[in-house]
Amino acid sequence: MAQSIQLRVSRYSPERDTQPYFQTYEVPLKEEWVILDALNYIKDKIDGTLTFRWSCRMGICGSCGYMVNNEPKLGCATFLTQYTPGPVIIEPLKNFPIVRDLVIEISDFLEKLKKVKPWLIHDDGNESGEYLQTPDQLEEFRQYSMCINCLLCYAACPISGLDPVFVGPAALALAHRYNKDSRDQGSAERMAVLSHPEGIWGCTFVGECTKVCPKHVDPAGAIQQYKLAAAIDGIKQFLMPWGQRQENR
Amino acid sequence: MSSPGHASTPTQISSGPLDSAPVPDYTEFHPRWYRPQVSTYWWLGKWAYVKFILRELSSVAVAWTVAIILLQVRALIRGPEAYLRFEHRLSAPWMIALNVIAFAFLLLHSITWFNLAPKAMVVRVGGKRLPAVLISGPQYVAWIVISAIVFVIILSRG
Repeated sequence: MAQSIQLRVSRYSPERDTQPYFQTYEVPLKEEWVILDALNYIKDKIDGTLTFRWSCRMGICGSCGYMVNNEPKLGCATFLTQYTPGPVIIEPLKNFPIVRDLVIEISDFLEKLKKVKPWLIHDDGNESGEYLQTPDQLEEFRQYSMCINCLLCYAACPISGLDPVFVGPAALALAHRYNKDSRDQGSAERMAVLSHPEGIWGCTFVGECTKVCPKHVDPAGAIQQYKLAAAIDGIKQFLMPWGQRQENR
Repeated sequence: MSSPGHASTPTQISSGPLDSAPVPDYTEFHPRWYRPQVSTYWWLGKWAYVKFILRELSSVAVAWTVAIILLQVRALIRGPEAYLRFEHRLSAPWMIALNVIAFAFLLLHSITWFNLAPKAMVVRVGGKRLPAVLISGPQYVAWIVISAIVFVIILSRG
């Protein structure tokens, strides 16, 4: 195995540059090193000005998403040895404005996330505060609750790049997660936001969001299931308008 | 999303009792974000995106095939002469080439549709989600059986 590998890292300083450019660094190639280790090596030993987000180093926090050779990847879960002999091209996640170097601006996503009400909504007057759930009921939504908001799915989704108002894969999958939760009664409220051209109908099922998801959330599947539910809901409302209130609850 | 151009509004800092100097207007720091542009040819960058565009294009082939079938029905209603004229038009080499391409797109359209079904439908039996092949499989079988029956009918009449 070679002793070192080249990293071509995208740099952008808002004070100095009009557009990003690449800077090449030579880092040791170690079997146990992931992309994040290499970036931290650069930061510590070669160039302290390199800016990137990271935190937990174990695929939990979702901070270290970068484009690695044009694929959205978690820096902490992608081994350097996969890319020998190199160079490894590291860029900020696609479809987001760039703040500096590999740091992207995510407030747009946070606004969208808030819009889909990703929390339990109750209106059944349960005062005991306890909601029992069977393992089967948990299984209904468990997969979608694994999302760590790393935003790799937004970088993989061309619709998110082309249509900035599209709510996007992670937010839609999280909405689906709460709709599928037996303790939640907010699906009608969410339907108003999501059954919209900017919501589920904005998705054209490219399917790349599911492929790049490091937590196997399957946002594309969630959105298609939501489309089916919305279509059935629409037909019910058309056929039985008088039953609409009860159906939505 | 707030954009760099108009997101920040100047905010006057309220002067406390210790402030004696005039307080300048404070503008919230807002760095110049770089906004990458999506190229018109973004879909050429990855085979998965090319496949997606081809699948979207396949709807044109579906529309074309529907139009051909409607014209065929119209020719059938108008009588044997009209139908012969229609057949003659269909036998032109460029028309055959076009229909072969349309047929390939129809196959792509059908296969991607059947593969989508298990994504959109969650069927649980005994608490376990049915594997995708058990949802798309019967559709493929039905597709093949119906196509075979149609072929047999056409060949037996021909």
